[in-house]
Formats: sequence, C-alpha cells, structure tokens
Amino acid sequence: MISIKNVNKSFGDHQVLTDVSLEVPKSNVIALIGPSGAGKSTLIRTINALEPVDNGEITVDGTSIHDKKTDINVARTNIGFVFQSFNLFPFLTALENVTMAPMKVKGLSKEAAEKRGKELLSSLGLEDKFDAYPNRLSGGQQQRVAIARALAMDPTVMLFDEPTSALDPEMVTEVLDAIRKLAKDGMTMVVVTHEMGFAKEICDEIVFMAEGKIVERAAPSKFFTNPDTQRAQDFLSKVLNH
Amino acid sequence: MYQYDWSVISRNMDVFIDGALKTLEISAISILLAIPIGILFGLGRISKNKIIFIISSTYIEIIRGVPLLVLLMWIFYVLGQFFSLGSYWGSIVGLALFAGAFIAEIVRSGIQGVPKGQMEAARSLGMSHTKAMTHIILPQAFRRVLPPLASQFIMLIKDSSLVSVIAATDLTLNAKNLVATSFRSIEVWTFVALVYFIMTFSLSLILRYFEKRLLKSET
Repeated sequence: MISIKNVNKSFGDHQVLTDVSLEVPKSNVIALIGPSGAGKSTLIRTINALEPVDNGEITVDGTSIHDKKTDINVARTNIGFVFQSFNLFPFLTALENVTMAPMKVKGLSKEAAEKRGKELLSSLGLEDKFDAYPNRLSGGQQQRVAIARALAMDPTVMLFDEPTSALDPEMVTEVLDAIRKLAKDGMTMVVVTHEMGFAKEICDEIVFMAEGKIVERAAPSKFFTNPDTQRAQDFLSKVLNH
Repeated sequence: MYQYDWSVISRNMDVFIDGALKTLEISAISILLAIPIGILFGLGRISKNKIIFIISSTYIEIIRGVPLLVLLMWIFYVLGQFFSLGSYWGSIVGLALFAGAFIAEIVRSGIQGVPKGQMEAARSLGMSHTKAMTHIILPQAFRRVLPPLASQFIMLIKDSSLVSVIAATDLTLNAKNLVATSFRSIEVWTFVALVYFIMTFSLSLILRYFEKRLLKSET
C-alpha cells in the first residue's frame, strides 16, 4: 500500500534520511521508533509530501507522491495525517473542523458532510462536542477531533506523527484507543511513537530508525525481546528499563 | 485679559458640520481604497514570486519612509503636473497610498502570525495552497489584524487633517479659514480638537463592538 524506495533527504549539509526503503502492505500497522533526530518525523512527512525528498520514490496506493505529474492535492485526500500538535482550526467548531475539507475539496454537500462528520465524531466518543471550539476541548479530545478530520476524507492510509507526545499522560489512552480501533478495522497505518507498549500490542512490524537510516525491522515480539542490532539493544535498554 | 466668545462656535456650526462631513468623506473613501491596496501588497510581501515581492516591498518602504505631509505635497505639485487630480482627489490618493502601505504590513504580519501547522493541516487534507489560504489562513489572519486595523482607521481620520495644506476642504481647513476671519483661534481650535475626538472615539467604539461580536462566538 505504501512503498518507499531509496529515499534520500538533507537539510543543507545535514543528511536526515539516507537510502530509506520500506514497504507497508495493506492493513498493516507499522511503528516507527528510534531516538530523537533519527528522521522518523521527516520520513513520515515525506509520505504525504509535506516534506520534499531529494531523490527516491514513494508510492501510496499506486500513486507516485513526489512525481511532478501527480496532483498532490488529490493524492493527499487518500492519506490521512495526524500531527503531534493537533493543528485543529481554532476558529471552527469540532464538527466544522471535520466537514471543511470534504465540502471544499470533495464538494460534498453540507448535509452529507455533517452526517458523516457526526458519525465519525460519535464513533470517537465526541458525540457531545460537535459545537465545541478547540480551545474548549482537552488535548485528548482535540487529537480525536483531528483523527476524525483526517478520516472524513476517507483515506486508505493513515499517518500519525507522535500523536500522543503532546498529551497529558491520562489522555494518552483515549487517543491510543482510537488508533487501536482503526487497526482493528484494517486501516493501513504508519505511527511514529514513543509508546512502546502500544507499538508492541497493535503493530505488525517495528521499524527502528537511527541517524537517518532504518537500522532494524522486526515483528514486535522479536524486536522487544531479542533485537538483532546493538543500536536497537542500546535504545531499548534506555527506554524500557525505567 | 482675553475675552472668550464661544458664540463663534454656534454661529458657525454649519462650517464645522460641513468640514467634519468632508473629513469623514475623504477618510472613508481613502480607507475603502487603502484596504484592497493593503491586501494586495500585503500578499505581495509574502509572495514567492521575486518581482511581486520586490514591487510590494519597494512601495511599502518608500511610503513608510516619506512623511504624509511631504507625500501629499508631492502628489499635488509633482503628480499634479501630469494628472489633474485637484486637491480633493489628490488628498484621497495620498491618504489611500499612505494607509495602504501600513495596512499591507498589518496584513503581512497577520498572515505570518498564523501558526505554520495550520497551513500544513489544511494541505494534508488535500486543499490547494489557494484554498488553504482562503478557507483557513485568511479567516484567522483577519481576526488577528482587527485591532491594528482599527487603529489604522482612526489614524487615518486624524492624518486627514493634513490635506488642508493642499487646500482640500475639510474640518481643519474650514477651521483655519474661520480663525482667519474671526480671530477666535482658542475657541475654534479647542472645538475642532473636540470634534476630531468625537469622530475617532465613536469609530473606536463601533469597531470594538464589531470585534467583540466576531470573536465572541469562538470562546
């Protein structure tokens, strides 16, 4: 579903991604983990071209994302993206946040967009927050609205860039539950996360990155108990033993 | 000892009212022209197109660097050589160009003040740059610029008093003429100051009301 081939990217002299290749089969959930500065966020942002690449190819559902001939706006409707800092539109209610893009991009009628928006918000436990503005919502609620907003475009893949890193600890669960539910429904997902327990539980594969490279890929059961590389062992000993 | 004679005010009320109405008229037309100028050049100032950027920046820097009084003189005497603008339209063009440059900077800072994540979120949902600007960025920029824009409107009413130097009829010119015939400078200028204050303060209250009404719904 997502195919990344030999992607390189640098910011000035600093090479942030070095020859990265990765396949994500349909309905798989991949966790991108690794130390900060490893290039995880940059990589996930190249998948919907929020970040350009220097070379290499990325295709999502058969569409070459960085090809000049691709209409990126159409391609992006197929790729949901959830940000660490939510990035809800503060001047719109929760429901308006969710209905804006379906109406303005897909040309849905207001009625159709609101019907779908209400379904999505309700399915994420926000049935009493339709008319609330983002500044009246908790971080966990805001992130769930952001997930509903992305889902409203009916994407075939979902990308999460540290979706729980900006949340208070007691709100992490509600957001992870939402992602867990999507996984159960067979959504193809890439999640940059520091929640190791979560990665272990729902992900089909762990992709471990360091210094702009993919260092190790393994099934969670193997990765968390017996990783092959020294780099991964060092990382795990730091994050798991506290 | 100076003998106050405030009757000069009541006896010449029509002169003050005419002048005040002219001041409001010139200010209103100037603002209406300055807003599109400001939006256009404000967008130009953040344009990726080099030529548009340079044109916008040059306009803004020149206007900001020249005193309004000199600008009005220049338009009237220099531009007046080529176009017969007259003092009325000369004043309006001068004020609109002047306020336009400041509004452009307000618009630019308003747009740039919207967090970068807003554009990214809009684009990630498949909106084009133009759609994201129209539906997501500009509505937020507009809310941010309301207070500085309101000050700019008020400044324009006050600045419009300078058009009297190129003989455009307004409150200040009428007052000058009245002082020249009545010699009642203390009474006249005190009253003129009061009239300017009433005009600007009323506008301030009106704009504050609209601002509150617009922002109320979101908190």
